[in-house]
Amino acid sequence: MAELLVWPTLIAYGEAALVYAGELRGHRRYSTLGIWGVRIGWLAQTMLLAAQARSADGFPWGTRAGALNLLSWLLVTGYLVWGCRPRYRLVGLAVMPVAAALVVLAWVGGGTALGSRGDGWALAIHAALMLAGLASFTVAAAMAALYVFEERRLKRRDAGVLRLRLPSLEALDRLAARATLVGLSLLTAGIAVGLGWLDVGGIDAAMTVAVLIWVVYALALAVRWEAGVRGRRFARLLIAGLALVVVVLPLTHFAA
Amino acid sequence: MRLALAGVSHHRAPLAVRERVAVDLEAAARLSRSLATSGGPAHEAVVLSTCNRTELYVAGDDGIVDHADRALLDLAGPGAVELEPAAYRLADDSAALHLFRVAAGLDSMVPGEGEILGQVRDAFEAGSPGPLLGRTFRMALRAGRRARVETAIGESPASIPAAAAALAEQVFEGLAGRSVVLVGAGRMSDLTARNLRSRGAAISVVVNRTLEHAERLAVSFDARSVTVDELAGALGVADIVVSSTSAPGFVLGGEAVTSALRERRGRPLLIVDLAVPRDVDPALGAIEGCFLYDVDALESVVSATLEGRRTEAVHAERIVSEEAERFHAWRASLVVVPAIASLRAHAEEIRATELARVEGRLPEGDRDVVDTLTAQIVNKLLHLPTVRLKEAAVSEDGLLYADVVRHLFGLGEEDEG
Repeated sequence: MAELLVWPTLIAYGEAALVYAGELRGHRRYSTLGIWGVRIGWLAQTMLLAAQARSADGFPWGTRAGALNLLSWLLVTGYLVWGCRPRYRLVGLAVMPVAAALVVLAWVGGGTALGSRGDGWALAIHAALMLAGLASFTVAAAMAALYVFEERRLKRRDAGVLRLRLPSLEALDRLAARATLVGLSLLTAGIAVGLGWLDVGGIDAAMTVAVLIWVVYALALAVRWEAGVRGRRFARLLIAGLALVVVVLPLTHFAA
Repeated sequence: MRLALAGVSHHRAPLAVRERVAVDLEAAARLSRSLATSGGPAHEAVVLSTCNRTELYVAGDDGIVDHADRALLDLAGPGAVELEPAAYRLADDSAALHLFRVAAGLDSMVPGEGEILGQVRDAFEAGSPGPLLGRTFRMALRAGRRARVETAIGESPASIPAAAAALAEQVFEGLAGRSVVLVGAGRMSDLTARNLRSRGAAISVVVNRTLEHAERLAVSFDARSVTVDELAGALGVADIVVSSTSAPGFVLGGEAVTSALRERRGRPLLIVDLAVPRDVDPALGAIEGCFLYDVDALESVVSATLEGRRTEAVHAERIVSEEAERFHAWRASLVVVPAIASLRAHAEEIRATELARVEGRLPEGDRDVVDTLTAQIVNKLLHLPTVRLKEAAVSEDGLLYADVVRHLFGLGEEDEG
């Protein structure tokens, strides 16, 4: 059952990503199909996660594939909240390809097999908070990528800059900062739950990396507030932060 | 009932002709009322009058097209002779299609211009529409809304001042409360400033070589006036700088802008240089957080967006055609509506008569059952003929079908007999 839901999810997300890419080239007629792709894909993925949760004994998304799947779902959920607003709909340009890629990676990295662990609710809450934090950082990086793209168009005085209207630079900068703050709060809560309730034994590589990521994003926000690092430089910090997450986290959390 | 339109527009009538028949909204409302109640063939009327057109839409009996035409010429008064060759007359579906194109901005000087939809709505609300014009205008408004929502025809600016304001909206999150510094007092910078102000920005400082000139412009914007010597200080409060002086060299250099940006702590600064020769050192465009647009850059943005409007106009034409087809289908269905209504009334009469005949013989509890059962049978029998009649109405044989139904079921014969 769960496997059957992977394909509609992937096809719908892929379709949405293609429609948004088409909009970048000026094809606006199918934009409604893009939003519907997101909605249908999200529904299919929600059903997939629900089916996994029902048949699992304990936290079902402890494997690499499960975590990526849940991360992708959280990412799209976040986008759906913002994506409903017409001005921010094109944020999907950055979000949907990432969501589709995460589903593909999840499929390649283990499909829908469950990795149940009997660690109870503490692990479930810890993992959910950490993944939600990472999803927020991904949204922040998506906003940052759009900022860099839009800023470059404005700097180069691209004649077509008004034909494809993205959110304003200030809005992208503000939303990226807000998503980072939300992500950092979730990560803080996730780390606190992990340290407080899970039997961690001692400090391992996974914990070190989690704290490192926390420090990187906390520093990004600190230099924004204290030194006025905004705009392009802040956007680059967020993109670099996500790159660090993407490279380091799988090595420490899913190397086995 | 027929629909007619008589009007003049910018396509064929120069301003001198158009102004003879231009009326404000109040006068348009009066004229609509007078046309609809004067006792002629017109029963409904709406007058649409804008800078680019004056159009009289009327609905009524035969002869309505001539009536609309006469009304337009009467409105022109002594200028009717000059107006007549430029005027156009359309009827029924063609008149509706024209109105749909007008509402979608496809008949405007700049395709997709934003104001016309509101003007059509105002004319409709001020006019004296009835069932036919009411439906026609509602469908036109729908076509106009669809053209704007489903295409990007109305989103792009069509002039340099509008492009500058739209670019400002790409940099800043809303222009409400943004501070604009005007350098120089040229006509283009004045227009740009007004455009920015209409979107919520505040013109805070006007800078000029002579304080007297600066003060004159500053008064109209309720702004502070300073001389060029104080420009660097004025930059400190600016989110947007609009420059348009006749100075031979650069008025705004790197040091002043760099220091202003430092004070802004990462907040961006948009500089619009409308002067030829340029007022602003182009090297400033490379500074982080500083966005510089000169006349050439703005012109290329405008021409790209106008090109985009023309492309979008093709999609908008398709939407208008769809709405025009819906209108045609609706009007055609009106032809068969009386036949359908008669057929249903006839069937219901037979059902009621037969039911009354057996009513006394039916047990109490069975009456409602038989009533419901017979009503369902009648509905099911008439469902397909009703649908088919409505479908046939769109074709040229619609009237023939209606006549056949009347003939087969003897509808209306009792009255004639």
